[in-house]
Amino acid sequence: MKWLFLVLLICVFSCKDHSSNTDTEASALTSEEVNGVLAFESDIDLKIYDYDGLEPLINKTDDKVHVVNFWATWCAPCVKELPYFEEINVKYKNNNVEVLLVSLDFPKNYETKLKPFIRSHDLKSKVVAFDDTNQNRWIPAINKNWSGAIPATIIYKGDKRKFYERSFTQEELEVEIQGFLK
Amino acid sequence: MKILKLLAVMVLALTISAFTINTEGNGYKIGDIATDFSLENIDGNMVSLSDFKTAKGFIVVFTCNTCPYAVAYEDRVEALNKKYADKGYPVIAIMPNNTNVKPGDNMEAMKARAKAKGFTFPYLMDKGQKIYPQYGATKTPHIYILEKTKKGNEVKYIGAIDDNYKDASLVNEKYVENAVDALLEGNEIKVKETRAIGCSIKV
Repeated sequence: MKWLFLVLLICVFSCKDHSSNTDTEASALTSEEVNGVLAFESDIDLKIYDYDGLEPLINKTDDKVHVVNFWATWCAPCVKELPYFEEINVKYKNNNVEVLLVSLDFPKNYETKLKPFIRSHDLKSKVVAFDDTNQNRWIPAINKNWSGAIPATIIYKGDKRKFYERSFTQEELEVEIQGFLK
Repeated sequence: MKILKLLAVMVLALTISAFTINTEGNGYKIGDIATDFSLENIDGNMVSLSDFKTAKGFIVVFTCNTCPYAVAYEDRVEALNKKYADKGYPVIAIMPNNTNVKPGDNMEAMKARAKAKGFTFPYLMDKGQKIYPQYGATKTPHIYILEKTKKGNEVKYIGAIDDNYKDASLVNEKYVENAVDALLEGNEIKVKETRAIGCSIKV
C-alpha cells in the first residue's frame, strides 16, 4: 500500500514537472543551449512562405485529412498542444492524415529559437515558417471568423473544412480527427 | 394561453442563444456603446473612462507585457498617446490576461515595463477579467476606438493598429491614426474593422 502511494506521488510530481517545463521551454532556451545546437541547424530545411506561398499548402485537393496548426515557440498554449499534433501525425500516418505546423515565429528568431526548438523537441510533423506582415489580408483569407489569436487550427479534407481558434486537449483533437475519418 | 406564452418565450430564448453562439464572439460591433469600468492603474489609482472629462473619445488597447506582437507594438502605442491625448483621444491600455497563467503580466511586471518604456498612458489591469469579454477582445494587441457621444462611448473602430506588426517603418496603412484623424475632422472612418494577429488572452 505504501509503495502504491509512493508511486502515485512520483507520478503526480513528474507529470506536474513535465507540464510546467513545456510551458516555459520556449522562453527558457538559453543562448548557451542555442549555441550548443547551432552546429546542426543547417540540417533543418526550413521553408519560409508568405500568404501566396502558404495558400496552396492549406488548400490541397487530395483525399487526405489535413491538419494545419498555427503556432509559435513563444506561445505557451501552442507549445503545450504541440505533442498532441505530433501524436496525431504518428498515429494516423497510415490513415491518410497529414499534419502541417505553421510557425509564426519572427524571422529574426528562425535560427536562434525556431530551429533549435524543432531539433530539441524532435518534431516529426512538417514545419514551415510563415512570414507575411499584411495581417488584415491573410487572417480573414484563412478563415473569415478568425479574430487573429493563436493557437489556431484548420482541419480539412476536400470540401469539408473546420476552423478552430482555440487550444485542444489530446482527447478533443482526437475527436475532431475521427470526425474527418468517418 | 399561459403555456403558449411560456413556450413562445422559450423558443425565443433558444433562438437568441443559438444565434449568439453562431455569431463570432459576443463582443461589441461598430456602433455599440462600450461599457465604462473602474480598473486599477499601475500608479495604484482606479481609472474610469468617465474620469476623462475633456476627452472626445478613447483609443482602448488590450495589450500585455508577454506577447511578442504586443511588445512589437508598444512603442507605436506610446506614439499614439503622444500624438492624440492632447487632441482628445488618449490611449487607455488594459492588460486582460490571468496573471496566474502569465505571471509576467502581473501588476509588478506591468509597472516595471511601463517604467522601462516610459509609458505616458494608463496601463490598467482587468482584474477578474470582467471587461475584455464585454468588449469581445480575443487577443493582445486588440484595439477599440471609442467616440464620446450623448448615448455613451460609441465603438467606431475595432482591430489592428496598422498593417505591419513586424516593422513600423514598412507600414502602408495606419488604421488607428486614419480612424482617429477622421473622427477629429468629422469625417466617416473608411476602414472600420481590421484583423490583427495576436496572442490569445490567457484565462
